[in-house]
Amino acid sequence: MANIIGGITTSHIPAIANAMANGLEETPYWKPFFDGYPPVRDWLNEKKPDVIILFYNDHGLEFFIDKKPTFAIGVADEYHNADEGWGIPTIPPVTGESELSWHIANSLVEDGFDMTICQEMKVDHGLTVPLNLMWPGYNYGHVKVIPVCINCEQHPMPQPKRTFALGQAIGRAVASFDEDMKVAVFGTGGMSHQLDGERAGIINRKFDLECLDKLVTDPEDLTKYSNLDLVEIAGAQGVELNMLLAMRGTLIGEVKELHRNYHAPISNTGSGLMLLEHEMPK
Amino acid sequence: MATKEKREVPGTYLFDSTMAKKGYGLNKMCYSFNNQESRDEFNADPDAYCDKFNLTDAQKAAIKEKDIIAMLREGGSIYYLAKYAGLLKLNMQDIGALQTGMSVDEFKDMLVKNGRGDV
Repeated sequence: MANIIGGITTSHIPAIANAMANGLEETPYWKPFFDGYPPVRDWLNEKKPDVIILFYNDHGLEFFIDKKPTFAIGVADEYHNADEGWGIPTIPPVTGESELSWHIANSLVEDGFDMTICQEMKVDHGLTVPLNLMWPGYNYGHVKVIPVCINCEQHPMPQPKRTFALGQAIGRAVASFDEDMKVAVFGTGGMSHQLDGERAGIINRKFDLECLDKLVTDPEDLTKYSNLDLVEIAGAQGVELNMLLAMRGTLIGEVKELHRNYHAPISNTGSGLMLLEHEMPK
Repeated sequence: MATKEKREVPGTYLFDSTMAKKGYGLNKMCYSFNNQESRDEFNADPDAYCDKFNLTDAQKAAIKEKDIIAMLREGGSIYYLAKYAGLLKLNMQDIGALQTGMSVDEFKDMLVKNGRGDV
């Protein structure tokens, strides 16, 4: 059977792509951020997951507001990145995992999550930045990626309790897949930030740290927040906590925190890197 | 059931149904800036390009003045406006400074303080 072996939270901001493209990892501004990553890369290289389920939000590359899926899942064999308009490098194709993707899609709809199912979807920095962070030099081609895209751009957005439940349903779907496969789950984005309005620039370090703690020990407590609560507490884009919650929903039983690095600011955000393992199904 | 809740968060322009409708043309134009040909076409004749997407006078003025707050008021979503900012070679700290009335250095200092949890 397919097994989820662990979960990772990571930032996905485009400035990271520029920093990596320009070799700025060791500069004073970026070093405290990039220094967090080697233990997570080591874990991935040691555990060698076959598949990554990656929760992200599309920031206007694949989806425009002419048709905006609340939840979308990719079921393709390959995904492409493209020009996003502001000059971060376009990265090589991402490998997909069609069979497990379709299994998850079928299982989710049966389970009451009416996904938009995508056989073609361009993937933006929300997905590509984390992959290149984990396997620098665009060395992610060996790992198969299942993109799960959550609307975090236009209200109404799915509420935290719903995205957490989506994660739980994906966890059940993976566990019911017959083929032996190791799956790691990435929840990308956040944490507190606001890009727009006179309130731009807020970061709530205290709340971010509380969220990281709760993601380990008591994620359901975070589902008490509405997206409007998150806008107030963590900024307009603080709603990206939804992706982290979805990841956490896929983990079961006792969850162990193997690594954490919180750093703020990078660009306009608080960045929370965390590596979690859980009780593997027997 | 949909709640009727309208919560005001000062300095925040929630991109909701009202804004999504109001800003549709503006956002659609900015979405087109994913393509180099569209960016070139805009740069060659901004007014004509705005007309192609039926921008209102208020939206056109905001684009012309590079007034991000006005674009938000006119229904712009920051994710699409960011593509216009890219066309102007502005990054997120430049945009933050423009919206808050700070210099870019002051805005960056604020981010550092906020990141440390000083406020």
